Amino acid sequence: MSNNTPVKAIIIDDEPLARMIVKEYLGFYPGITIVQECGDGFEGIKAIQQHHPDLIFLDVQMPKINGFEMLELVEEPPAVIFTTAFDEYAIKAFENHAVDYLLKPFNKDRFDKALRKWLDQRATRGSDLITHGGNTEELLETASQSPTQQQRIVVKTGGKIKIIPLEDIHYLEAADDYVKIHTHNGAFLKNRTMSFFEKTLDPEQFVRTHRSYILNVQQVTRIDPYEKDSHLCILQSGAQVPVSKAGYVKLKAVLGL
Amino acid sequence: MAKAPLSQHKFLLIFLSWWAIWAFLQVSLLIGFGLSAKTALIDSLVSNTLVALSCGFLSNNMQYYLPKKERYWYILLISLSLSAIILLACKAILVPLLSEKADGVAYALFFSKSWPVRFDIVFLQVGCMAILSVLWYSSEEEQENRQRRNDAERLAREAELFKLRQQLAPHFLFNSLNSISALIGSRPEQARKMIQQLSDFLRGNLKKEDQQWVPLSEELQYLELYLDIEKVRFGHRLDTQITCGEDCMSSRIPPMLLQPIVENAIKFGLYDTTEAVTIAIRAKIEAKFVIIEVENPFDPETSRPKKGTGFGLSSIQRRLYLLFARTDLLETRVADNLFTTIVRIPQPENIPAKPAIDNTQTPIA
Repeated sequence: MSNNTPVKAIIIDDEPLARMIVKEYLGFYPGITIVQECGDGFEGIKAIQQHHPDLIFLDVQMPKINGFEMLELVEEPPAVIFTTAFDEYAIKAFENHAVDYLLKPFNKDRFDKALRKWLDQRATRGSDLITHGGNTEELLETASQSPTQQQRIVVKTGGKIKIIPLEDIHYLEAADDYVKIHTHNGAFLKNRTMSFFEKTLDPEQFVRTHRSYILNVQQVTRIDPYEKDSHLCILQSGAQVPVSKAGYVKLKAVLGL
Repeated sequence: MAKAPLSQHKFLLIFLSWWAIWAFLQVSLLIGFGLSAKTALIDSLVSNTLVALSCGFLSNNMQYYLPKKERYWYILLISLSLSAIILLACKAILVPLLSEKADGVAYALFFSKSWPVRFDIVFLQVGCMAILSVLWYSSEEEQENRQRRNDAERLAREAELFKLRQQLAPHFLFNSLNSISALIGSRPEQARKMIQQLSDFLRGNLKKEDQQWVPLSEELQYLELYLDIEKVRFGHRLDTQITCGEDCMSSRIPPMLLQPIVENAIKFGLYDTTEAVTIAIRAKIEAKFVIIEVENPFDPETSRPKKGTGFGLSSIQRRLYLLFARTDLLETRVADNLFTTIVRIPQPENIPAKPAIDNTQTPIA
């Protein structure tokens, strides 16, 4: 280990035995300290904020929020080695975006290989695996193509985590570096781009009607002509969403007009 | 290809009876017109044999050629031309044959006077046969199509069910193997036990594929095996309660029906929660139904039971419909944070105590 400061690691997995085996293999690396073990994503976020670990071992399928959703909510994610049993979408996401991952069950050799890869990268680059090159968004984009991912959006509001089912969303609005998600229970900010949502949400339900707006077509009550070449969509909540010329074409196609 | 109707014994017999009746009627009619019995018999036999041969030919021929469009014009045309040919043949055979008899001249005159009536009768007979044949082949074709559609549907259904079943299994399997891998280092005895449980579970899974109905006691024991494996994976978090009275232990249920329901309960009750959970399975007998309830807690924050069948139970609903042609056998209930799936399985009074298929295994009670 080239660095003198001890390396801090966190294991996040809902199965005690799965955490145990990572702990066992990590026992061979005296320079790495396990600062905490977490049984779900909520605990994981808290632990990451508290300890600022260098490395986390993250399971994908977990209660409440899964590994990807957890990662979305961490502001400066540490290096991640994913551990998962079987999830074709997750594996596709890992493979395409150069994050190392361990398929359960894994042996010590495979574990050592992943860890050595990370240690080498850390020594040469001094940066972590996942955050360089803006891979997080692409990784999450691929991962969110999984049918189980598309059902909801996870946001953090006032230190609390909120899970928004897609049917509760009225529309999305661009807000600088964030996207504002308007729902039944108020609006929430999410640190993603409009094109991220345009790509990952079901295009039959969510239509990008304008550069700065994506709306849930189930909420539409009326479409009124507005200025030249543009329209205004009135939602059930009374909200008015601008519709551009191109957006109007897309909206009509989805609504079957 | 559809079978010709006359290739079947029953229809051939009916056909020959018809022919005999027509021949007899024609003899009586001709005698009534003053012909001698012998002349009438020869006339009737020759003309009816020709008609019968033509009808046989027609119905057999349609097996190979039946136009899809314009089939009714085809019937009319072929009946008309066949009738004309029959009549010409009758004349060519009968007039020279019967003219040598004493009443020869009279017969030739009689024939030329009676030909429109003869034509009418022959046309009706041939036409009827043609229409019956068309109906026969159409219904045969329809039946074949239906059969094919059913087969295709069944295959698609089986594939779909197989796929649905596969969704959870790999996850369960790999995670269980990972648990075993973790246990090998510290608790090898327990690892060995879990390998045993997992093997029994997989063996049961394979065996079930070719079974029809299984005793409830056996199914419950199998589910306990599955739940025990989950208990190893999730340690102290999972508790199970299985209650089943003596009276319903021996009732029979379709295989692979309860397992997806319990897997569903585990998915939402255990995989998606963080607290200690209890999964309860209760079975009872009520008015020729065995009623099985599976109850699991769920996290209302992360998963919402949808209205109707809720969660992923639609394939079980479909399966029950295919088995019993009823849609009211699966029911779900949401109370507080408890989700309950209730399935009612009709118990036919005369289910064989032991289906022929599973005669090799000993009943477990």
